[in-house]
Amino acid sequence: MEGSLNMVGYGLAAIGPGVGIGLIFAAYISGVARQPEAQSRLQSIAILGFALAEALAIIGIALAFVL
Amino acid sequence: MSSTAMTALRSEEFTPPSPADFDLPAIGGGGNTFEFMGQQMQLGVTKPMLQIILVAALAFGFLFMAARKRAMVPGKLQFSGETAYGFVRNSMGRDIIGSQEFMRFVPYLVTVFFFILFNNLMASVPFIQFPTMGRAGMVYGLAGLSWVIYNAVGIKKHGFSGYMRLQCVPAGIKGPILLLLVPLEFMSNLVVRPITLALRLFANMFAGHLLLILFALGGEYLIVHGSLLVKPVGILAWVLFILVAFLELLVQFLQAYVFTLLNAMYISGALADEH
Repeated sequence: MEGSLNMVGYGLAAIGPGVGIGLIFAAYISGVARQPEAQSRLQSIAILGFALAEALAIIGIALAFVL
Repeated sequence: MSSTAMTALRSEEFTPPSPADFDLPAIGGGGNTFEFMGQQMQLGVTKPMLQIILVAALAFGFLFMAARKRAMVPGKLQFSGETAYGFVRNSMGRDIIGSQEFMRFVPYLVTVFFFILFNNLMASVPFIQFPTMGRAGMVYGLAGLSWVIYNAVGIKKHGFSGYMRLQCVPAGIKGPILLLLVPLEFMSNLVVRPITLALRLFANMFAGHLLLILFALGGEYLIVHGSLLVKPVGILAWVLFILVAFLELLVQFLQAYVFTLLNAMYISGALADEH
């Protein structure tokens, strides 16, 4: 079986964004649980934070294939 | 036929799926090849190109048929069309861009949402089963369009220098720290944004499809070539294939949603008043 060390590196690099996205949605869920009427407001902030955190993982996967 | 043909095609060694599985040959035999930026390119029409045209027709057909009757008591089709349109209009347009200016952008947002959603769903339609957005070129076009739109909207409202100040200088910060922050904000808001926007959609579709190929081929390999005790694991892999396929449906919808939502957010950021 063949493989590339890049993918192992990408797996390690994805831990950070994974934890970050988990924290963002944990905060979002508890925010909605405390104040359900704020959902539509929190949702866009949560998705924005998710997009920013996920950008790191995306840059990682691009570099894993390119390098 | 299939199992003997498959074993003849694939060697005894297990060959894991690779990005090369996405390089479909041109329809009607390979055409000419040419060099482009150090890459070997094919001249010809491939399956994703046909899909993107089919999807454009489907999305137009669905929305046109749903909007055609405009009955007071909507039928099933009109109801589903109205619900989907209302979802994009209210949760992405009105809530994010704001009730002042959002109507201008609703046609664009609805188009982008349905176009991407139908393209993504192509990965799960039997006999097609290929994500159009799994080819990076398709996505770069969409992200480039979004980049042009939000920048043009911002420049039109604030003027060029005002817009650059809005995007590059964070509010309420003075002093030498700006030397560090301005280049960072410039990179993040004007350079990296379209790239991450494109790669997010591409990477999700690509990785999901690769995962499905892996489960299908791995299961087939275990069942055909595995020893007696390993064969049930192959069946388990196929069960997982079905479950992951359902997960993919969720991801396909979510990515269309996120792409449209980010488009709306970039537009609202470009329209924001100066601080």
